[in-house]
Amino acid sequence: MRLGVCIILTCFFVNGNAQKFTTEKSQITFFSDAAIEDIAATNIKAAGLFDVSTSEIVFSVPIKDFEFEKSLMKEHFNEKYMESDKYPKSTFKGKVAGYDVSKPGKQTATAKGTLTIHGISKEVDIPGTVQFENGKVLIDAVFKVKLADYKIKIPQLLWQNIAEEVEVKLNFEFKAQS
Amino acid sequence: MKRLILLLTFAGHQVYAQDDLLSELEKKSDDTEYAFATFKGTRVINGFSVETKGKGELEFIFAHRFGTLNEGSYTLWGLDDSFVRLGLEYGLTDRLGIGLGRTSIDNTIDSYLRYKLFRQSKGTSSFPFTITVAGTINYKTPSTKGEALTSEDRIAYVGQLNLARKFSSKFSAQLTPMIVHRNTVEQSYENNDDAALAFAARYKVTKSVSVSGEYNYRLSPHTDSPYFDAIGFGVDIETGGHVFQLVFTNTRGMFDRWVVAETSGDFFDGDIHFGFNITRVFQIGKRK
Repeated sequence: MRLGVCIILTCFFVNGNAQKFTTEKSQITFFSDAAIEDIAATNIKAAGLFDVSTSEIVFSVPIKDFEFEKSLMKEHFNEKYMESDKYPKSTFKGKVAGYDVSKPGKQTATAKGTLTIHGISKEVDIPGTVQFENGKVLIDAVFKVKLADYKIKIPQLLWQNIAEEVEVKLNFEFKAQS
Repeated sequence: MKRLILLLTFAGHQVYAQDDLLSELEKKSDDTEYAFATFKGTRVINGFSVETKGKGELEFIFAHRFGTLNEGSYTLWGLDDSFVRLGLEYGLTDRLGIGLGRTSIDNTIDSYLRYKLFRQSKGTSSFPFTITVAGTINYKTPSTKGEALTSEDRIAYVGQLNLARKFSSKFSAQLTPMIVHRNTVEQSYENNDDAALAFAARYKVTKSVSVSGEYNYRLSPHTDSPYFDAIGFGVDIETGGHVFQLVFTNTRGMFDRWVVAETSGDFFDGDIHFGFNITRVFQIGKRK
């Protein structure tokens, strides 16, 4: 009996490893809706891992890979706001709850964990959707980030008015890790 | 006992999974990181920096040098005199720039091409410097008086290589070997070919303000040359789309031919010109 349990659990662990998913495609955009100038940027270089067996999810976003409409915006974003020489990456580490692997179609879920931006870590709940489809996992989320929470300062001299809160949209497509 | 082993295995596995997902991710990703904004503008003081404009960006540069400070109160410490360069630089790609300018000194038109050969990077593929190559052609426009100069005589060329390193987010330094060729020189103490090594550096005081310096060491001045090595100090203030550079320098020149070969002021004798470079950037082309 005990041996049986042992075998089953071992199988579970082995299986658990095989249930790790890695990002195949990712897109993170943010949008700052301000009086003078709307600012949007897209990053397709973010990488993530999702372990279905433990519901754990992590992702890492290289800040310098956010692409803007204007070159100058990108420079300001990196140099003045995000200080990406000092803090090159934003990361999230947490667990996804509220989904059922066997259920088809889009289902709402929440990722609870630590979001690190600009070197500041905060506990956050990110609501989003999870979809299991043909061996792939699609995860989408939209959430707001308040700049002050992450000590992102807006220099007084800048002519652009930056919104104090930006909307972040995140689309990940995971495939099983080989 | 078996149960205990089982539990330990289980616990061990869990801890492993918790701690390593993020580091496992970090290991997989390509970590090449490129340096950006090594300098605030395309000019340090009088000479080029390694920075080129982004794709589709048009930079308008308005540069101005007054007379020398030691002219005294009669000319309001040089403010009565002025030398102006109006210039445009456009980014054909993120690395290739093209420029056009007109200076009041010798009524000269200058045009140049600049290409960023290498970018400083660290991580998976690392390189210690950003290197930009630039080629300039200057043309002294003819006056109505009709001097005895052929159009060939009016031309000068400058070739240079800017090597820069951003040592920290605050401190950057640059070394520029360059060569100036003038088809015709007017004085016996002038060379047709002049070589120089320019040293430049900037230090950021705040996120929007930096101080910079530039020294132009002439490698082969004529033995009877009355000219000097060009020296410059400046303060850069960035306000969004504008960069204001306030400069103090012993040359009136706002382009390399003049800076290297015809700097007439003795910095240490007070022949210092106050001046400024004002740049404004417009995004006129699409980035993608």
